[in-house]
Amino acid sequence: MTTELVKPTAKYKGTPKGLEGDRAVAEAMRQMNPDVVAAYPITPQTEIVMRFSDFVANGEVDTEFIAVESEHAAMSSCIGAAAAGGRVQTATSGAGMALMWEVLWVASGSRLPIVMHAVNRSLSSPLNIHCDHSDTMGMRDAGWVHVFGENVQEAYDNAIQMVRIAEHPDVMLPSLHAFDGFIIGHSVERLETLPDQAVKEFIGKYTPKYSILDWRHPATFGPMDLQDYFFEHKRQQVEAIQNALAVIEKVGKEYGELSGRPYGLMEGYCLDDADYVLVGLGSTMGTAKVAVDMMRESGAKVGLLKIRCFRPFPQKMITEVLGKRKVIGVLDRSISFGAQTGPLCLEVIASFFTNKVSPNLVNYVYGMGGRDIVPAQICQMFKELIEIGKTGSTDPVQRFFGVRD
Amino acid sequence: MALKGWREILIGGMITDVGNSINYKTGDWRSFRPIWDDKKCNNCKVCWVYCPDGSIVVKDGVMIGMDLDHCKGCGICAQECPQKAIKMMEETKLREAVK
Repeated sequence: MTTELVKPTAKYKGTPKGLEGDRAVAEAMRQMNPDVVAAYPITPQTEIVMRFSDFVANGEVDTEFIAVESEHAAMSSCIGAAAAGGRVQTATSGAGMALMWEVLWVASGSRLPIVMHAVNRSLSSPLNIHCDHSDTMGMRDAGWVHVFGENVQEAYDNAIQMVRIAEHPDVMLPSLHAFDGFIIGHSVERLETLPDQAVKEFIGKYTPKYSILDWRHPATFGPMDLQDYFFEHKRQQVEAIQNALAVIEKVGKEYGELSGRPYGLMEGYCLDDADYVLVGLGSTMGTAKVAVDMMRESGAKVGLLKIRCFRPFPQKMITEVLGKRKVIGVLDRSISFGAQTGPLCLEVIASFFTNKVSPNLVNYVYGMGGRDIVPAQICQMFKELIEIGKTGSTDPVQRFFGVRD
Repeated sequence: MALKGWREILIGGMITDVGNSINYKTGDWRSFRPIWDDKKCNNCKVCWVYCPDGSIVVKDGVMIGMDLDHCKGCGICAQECPQKAIKMMEETKLREAVK
């Protein structure tokens, strides 16, 4: 099983730019020109809302921007606007996402294709504004499609693709793309943006099947649903989010034809012959590519698997790609307190169990609250994996990397 | 009403057949039943105005009784009736009386 994606010739020539992740996403939002954006500023997402409200004030978009009093109100406004048939987006981080909590479920349960730009931040307390994945991992059971981006380019590209994924008739679910706060959100990187027209054509026009403003075809959204039908509606959501797997691949391929940058469910690096593989999410995967190169120079057969799509979790593909490796290390930038491992590792272990394989595996929890991670540390992880390959001992399975004893 | 499977229903609990709440019988939620005395009633229809559930049945402009399939027994009609023509009685006691 290969994770390599064929790079097609781009239909459109991109414009090279130097932008922070937040600003690149705001630029994508300008090009998408959503009907409604309701958002509240919170570090490290603030710059998205700040830049986008400039576009609104300057008349560069037609968007109705709702300056709400909280994130609970932001998501509630998004739900109302999406039920009214609009193409709706928001952005948040950390504690702001936590304040959206109850309404996140209303968005998914009501099957409203809202797009959220999520800039990963830790959750208090103690107070910390820097990156870990506690916020979006915390909402992993909220019924939202959930993908991660590695760098500014991916944050921009994911922002545009999420609209197509969310609004696909087989999916119709709110969808978020996450990228690391500060590390991506506030760092200037080179990226290529598509022409406005290309983005407009790619996302197309959104025609909702039902809308509360379509008085000729009246519809009730979000009614009371008790013992007799609630379970059936949850079962539909399970089907819809599983359908997203194929849709994410299809949209990623189509986006590749447009931009020259194809996307799949995951991306391998030096993976084909690798015996020792690290698996993870987000910006650390860029750092890890450098570490893989360093280790490969000394002849170690190491590789990397970057997971792009976390919800739905691509369990079959994960098993096919990783099932026969010697030792696997799964990187988690969040903690599920009281669980055996971090959330990503739990998913990988469950995938292996479901598909009846059991390679050696350990879990590295790292980078909490923005704690830095550098290539030398990732090389150290690879060295541990190689050692595990010799001894066969994976004890302890959950390892806290970069914390002082 | 036969219950449908998850493949047969609209997503998100959406309802598009207008006025289908008539099919949802809420009368069994009731613990107090309105008892209407047609001798005291002067047909002012204040109860009809106040009933939050449309359970006061009016035919040809005349009050003819309550729709007990949908009346939840809130007692607003009894409270508002200027003629005191509606009394709320406990369902359990009424049922015992039938026995």
